[in-house]
Amino acid sequence: MTLLEATLLAPLAGGLILAIIGHRPVAGWINIAVGAVTFGASLAMALDVFDHGPQLSPSRMFYIDAFNVYLVVLTAFVGLTTSIFSRPYMRHEVEKGRVTDRRLRLYHSMYQCFLFSMLLALSTNNLGVLWVAMEMATLTTVLLVSLYRTPEAIEAAWKYFILCGVGIAQALFGTVLIYFAAESKLGADRDDTLLWTVLHSSAGGALDPAVITLAFVFLLVGYGTKVGLVPLHNWLPDAHSEGPTPMSAVLSGLLLNVALYALVRVKMLVDASLQTHLAGYLMMGFGLLSFTVAGLFLHRQHDVKRMFSYSSIEHMGLITFGFGLGGPLATYGALLHMTVHSLTKSAIFVTVGHACQLAGTQRIDQIRGLIRTQPAIGWGLLLGVVSIAGFPPFGVFISEFLLLVATMKSWPWLTIPLLIGFGVAFAGLFRHMQKMVFGEPPPGQRPVQANMIPVIIHLVLVLFLGLMIPNFLSRWFEQATLLISGASLL
Amino acid sequence: MDFANLGLFNQAIILFAALALLTSFLMLAQARMLPLIFTFAWQGFLLATVTVLVAIVTGHSDLYVSALLTFALKVIVIPWLLYRLSVRLEMQYNAEEIAHPSLLLIAGVVLVIFSYFVAKSIINLSGLATRNIIAVSIAIELLGMLLMCVRKSAVAQVIGFMSMESGIFFAASVSAYGMPLIVELGVAFDILVASILFGVFFFHLRDSFGSLDVGQYNHLSEANETDTPDDRATVPATGGHA
Repeated sequence: MTLLEATLLAPLAGGLILAIIGHRPVAGWINIAVGAVTFGASLAMALDVFDHGPQLSPSRMFYIDAFNVYLVVLTAFVGLTTSIFSRPYMRHEVEKGRVTDRRLRLYHSMYQCFLFSMLLALSTNNLGVLWVAMEMATLTTVLLVSLYRTPEAIEAAWKYFILCGVGIAQALFGTVLIYFAAESKLGADRDDTLLWTVLHSSAGGALDPAVITLAFVFLLVGYGTKVGLVPLHNWLPDAHSEGPTPMSAVLSGLLLNVALYALVRVKMLVDASLQTHLAGYLMMGFGLLSFTVAGLFLHRQHDVKRMFSYSSIEHMGLITFGFGLGGPLATYGALLHMTVHSLTKSAIFVTVGHACQLAGTQRIDQIRGLIRTQPAIGWGLLLGVVSIAGFPPFGVFISEFLLLVATMKSWPWLTIPLLIGFGVAFAGLFRHMQKMVFGEPPPGQRPVQANMIPVIIHLVLVLFLGLMIPNFLSRWFEQATLLISGASLL
Repeated sequence: MDFANLGLFNQAIILFAALALLTSFLMLAQARMLPLIFTFAWQGFLLATVTVLVAIVTGHSDLYVSALLTFALKVIVIPWLLYRLSVRLEMQYNAEEIAHPSLLLIAGVVLVIFSYFVAKSIINLSGLATRNIIAVSIAIELLGMLLMCVRKSAVAQVIGFMSMESGIFFAASVSAYGMPLIVELGVAFDILVASILFGVFFFHLRDSFGSLDVGQYNHLSEANETDTPDDRATVPATGGHA
């Protein structure tokens, strides 16, 4: 389990080191180096798990199985590529005077602490620690959202703090209820009744259905707030649009996934002890509502980062819906969609960050002619939007297609709102994107120094996943599908 | 519910839990800043007392740690932080206007009844005292949320938030005889960091908006953005106070 410890300790140590180093130019490089170490360790750990199956640490504090191992790797990977993007981006922000030296120190330190809290949330075996890590992720990102100290940023951070704080408090109550149910069945003198492995192995009909139902409602509201499910999504567009762009990329690409991961873990417990589809129905309802409402909201956005954060809500809604459907096909599609969405969305936010620096504003009607001023950014945005809208041959198409087929199999009439939703979201994205990329560039618009390597890597990966899924990845997805839905795809 | 047949300690537990619930109502109706903070501290004190009583009755020595954490955080640290902040922000004698106070209290009563209704579903699981306490803790949590919804002052919202947190922590320590130690410590750490962050934010909010009245924070609503499309772009990116 030393590889897992390395994966967790690297960002934690990085956060401390970066807090000491401060704003020196080398901090950006150290940020990248720490990201690389984390990613390397997580990859080695993943190979280990691939060879030897699920691993429980000796203290039983950490548990790595097929479901969370690929999310750990994904989190470390996007954390690395975003840190590569963030170095020139933040330097540009410092030059423009939007960020002072002290706040740059805060930014770097909190960036690594944020990654640490997400990795902890993913790898822990203890539902209580999972909650603590989620709250920690909120606290670290609140500081990042308010980094610019404009009234809007402060307001967004306050809203984020209060809404997610209240939301996640509900999740704590749900966790307490699960603990309560487990203790009444397993005995109060054990100290392992909050461990997911213990709960899952004894959940089959053992936990009191009434308490578990109540617990799931609280947990759905709590973690659902962090996933950004409508109507609990209000904080999300604000936090994404007012914070620095690298943070928007990791928020959209990673944090939402981690929150959804927590929800699905709990759903596995609830399904096993209720023997009904209640949790699935609730998730389907919230998911479909988020998907539809966010698609409509795409049309009336004026801020480009706000628009893409609504797109994130839409996709998280779709994934929640997929997990809610249950069944191997839908679960497989949802797992794949989690991956391709976070790769694509973080690539889009990286591109949008450069586009905003190029145009000097985040307003959609003032960003024009990207492809003429700086073709790399223009193409990046174009391909990113094409990918996120679900065009073949990108991976998003495959996962959306799988989800659609799964819906058609079990709930045929629900394919109609899904298809309409895809169309509405597509139109919403393209009506804005088309002008930003191809419009007439305003006079005097100059290219900025842009690092498009993360975007290229992400989009190539998404394209690759659309053409074929490598053997090891599909085996993980299959194992995870078996774990979550209880049935194998093949 | 046959309270008379309960032991003395169990009766005391229910009594103190009821008093803690009463403080939630007091906070709901308390418009002045200082008494609000003190009431919050009293609630923490009552909850810590119940936790100690449960520890004595059941013999779970872990609960003494929970009680100590509650006492340290909710009676000393957080009220002291809030007190100091409100003095520094010169708002300790402020009283905010509460719209429809009687309606608010009735809404609170409805929430308490709802909590008892919810707690009824767990009727098979545990004894009378625990069941009452679960209902009370759900009620404290919901009343804290209500407080957050109706108050416009950021300080009052924070008190509502912390009161919610107390309610949940209370449910954990009393109904399930305390969460595992690492979780309790983690939760307490998070709450501590959150309360410090809230303090930092009070100053940012005051510097940005000139007051702690949350009702004025409306730069980011969807409607506002469509009405005045240009004012967002004209807000200068200030690099002032760090």
